[in-house]
Amino acid sequence: MTDFPRDAILVVLETSASGVLEDAAPGLLGAAAAAGTPVALVLAAPGAGGSAATEAAALGAAQVLIAESADPAALGVPGVDALAAAAERVRPDAILISHSLNGRDLAGRYAVRSRSAVSADAIDVARDEEGVVAHHSVYGGAYNVASTATFGAPVITVRQGSIDARAAAQPEVSETLTVVPSGKPAARIDSFEEVVGSSSRPELRGAAKVVAGGRGLGSQEQFELVGQLADALGAAVGASRAAVDAGYIPQSHQVGQTGVSVSPQLYIALGISGAIQHRAGMQTAKTIVAVNKDGDAPIFEVADFGVVGDVFKVVPQLISALEARKK
Amino acid sequence: MKIIVLVKEVPDTYGDRKLNLETGLADRAASDVVLDEIGERALELALKYADANDGADVAVLTLAPEGATATIRKGLAMGADRAVHVCDEALLGADLGLTAEALAAAIRRQGFDLVVTGNVSTDGSGGMIPAMLAELLDVPHATGLSSVEIGDGVVSGTRPVESGVQQVSADLPAVISVTEALPEGRFPNFKGIMAAKKKPFEVLTLADLGVAADNPEMARSIMLTVAEKPPRASGVKILDEGDAGDKLADFLVANRLA
Repeated sequence: MTDFPRDAILVVLETSASGVLEDAAPGLLGAAAAAGTPVALVLAAPGAGGSAATEAAALGAAQVLIAESADPAALGVPGVDALAAAAERVRPDAILISHSLNGRDLAGRYAVRSRSAVSADAIDVARDEEGVVAHHSVYGGAYNVASTATFGAPVITVRQGSIDARAAAQPEVSETLTVVPSGKPAARIDSFEEVVGSSSRPELRGAAKVVAGGRGLGSQEQFELVGQLADALGAAVGASRAAVDAGYIPQSHQVGQTGVSVSPQLYIALGISGAIQHRAGMQTAKTIVAVNKDGDAPIFEVADFGVVGDVFKVVPQLISALEARKK
Repeated sequence: MKIIVLVKEVPDTYGDRKLNLETGLADRAASDVVLDEIGERALELALKYADANDGADVAVLTLAPEGATATIRKGLAMGADRAVHVCDEALLGADLGLTAEALAAAIRRQGFDLVVTGNVSTDGSGGMIPAMLAELLDVPHATGLSSVEIGDGVVSGTRPVESGVQQVSADLPAVISVTEALPEGRFPNFKGIMAAKKKPFEVLTLADLGVAADNPEMARSIMLTVAEKPPRASGVKILDEGDAGDKLADFLVANRLA
């Protein structure tokens, strides 16, 4: 039996169906390293545990427990069973999970089962004399809140893309975790279709750079300008609710209170007025750039660099200037 | 078919939302409150099923302070058959765990085939209550559904996740949560508003539910500090004089963003 570090932070990492670790993995391990010694639990697709463990060690996991689901069609429950077994073995000071849909389900079920306290949607994790503390940005970034558990290891979900810290690579120390299934009823995953990105653009959630367009783009065809700038910067494409409602782009690209919340290094808002609901989903971005015809648009209140001008003039010039620099 | 829909009173995101800096709790007096839109979509799903199927019973369930009655009544006006309001002083500032416990106890007391919730509320954005309820009620969860089919003894739907799209199904009883992709809630009409006044409206305390807010065996999440973030200072704003694209490129390069 391996011994686990006394200041272990258990980090749960999911793999995709094709076996690679989720995008949130580097940030989760980075956050864990700042608060203790990262120990990873890899919830892997069958056959993918070994490679995922190697990946986790390279991202900073000092030790890796591998759990390949015996019943991959069961939704959620096998992951909870694995986490319960892992926490029992590792006895961590905190458990970190991505604030993704699956991560939230896992955190919620596990917290109930283990009678643990849960801190949701953290943007940073730290340790003080008392234990591990989660930091949150609430009400669309208007308030900073710190939370912790009354006792025991808190279960903390971490907002995707919010952690910049990265952990140093560790030599791989991994073992397969023995999991006794709880037999709890679970929904079935009847089929799965992997999204084959129609372009090489990064996923909006967790992207380091986001270029977003609003109703100011005027039409679905003209919205492609957003994509062109995104490609020039290697950014993901986002949109305001107005642009989604106008049918310029699918809802999965919506940034805001009711869409995706993003905390990228760079957020460029094109033709977006910046209603409160939109700002709520993006104002924790490190740098915000806005281009809008209307100099009174509220987006300028949060912009680090604002251009009052026509997106159809400014953006093409920006793209060619960026391309000229690359040469 | 007994369907319980979770609804929630939240500060309207169209206005300013405030936290009380002394207690860390939502300052309910500071902003208008509304029925959370995602809960209205969840209710619409249940009502559509009830429209098409005889013998469906739709209840709205909420956990909220005393003043929330009017907001919950909107759910009845939209067409729900009954409302259940879990209301107790001891729930002020309840964390996710205690909230889930109280809701699960109320759901168990009603009996259910299907619990429908929104995926994430606009104020808390924890998005964990559905899975917590499923664990407490010992039933399957199917969360984040962008389309839902309620069948005979089974619920199925489309579940977009990070890497793709799942088709999932669960035997009833089950807990599901739905996304914004579902249709908006219907507007209550005059007849509905009048009828709402006569519909059963049950108020339950923690004692009624047999839940202890201060159970020493349960770890709770507590707030350590709360601070208002200084408003983000606005930066440079320039008027395009034909070279704004180039200036913007300079800014991005100077900040190592391009």
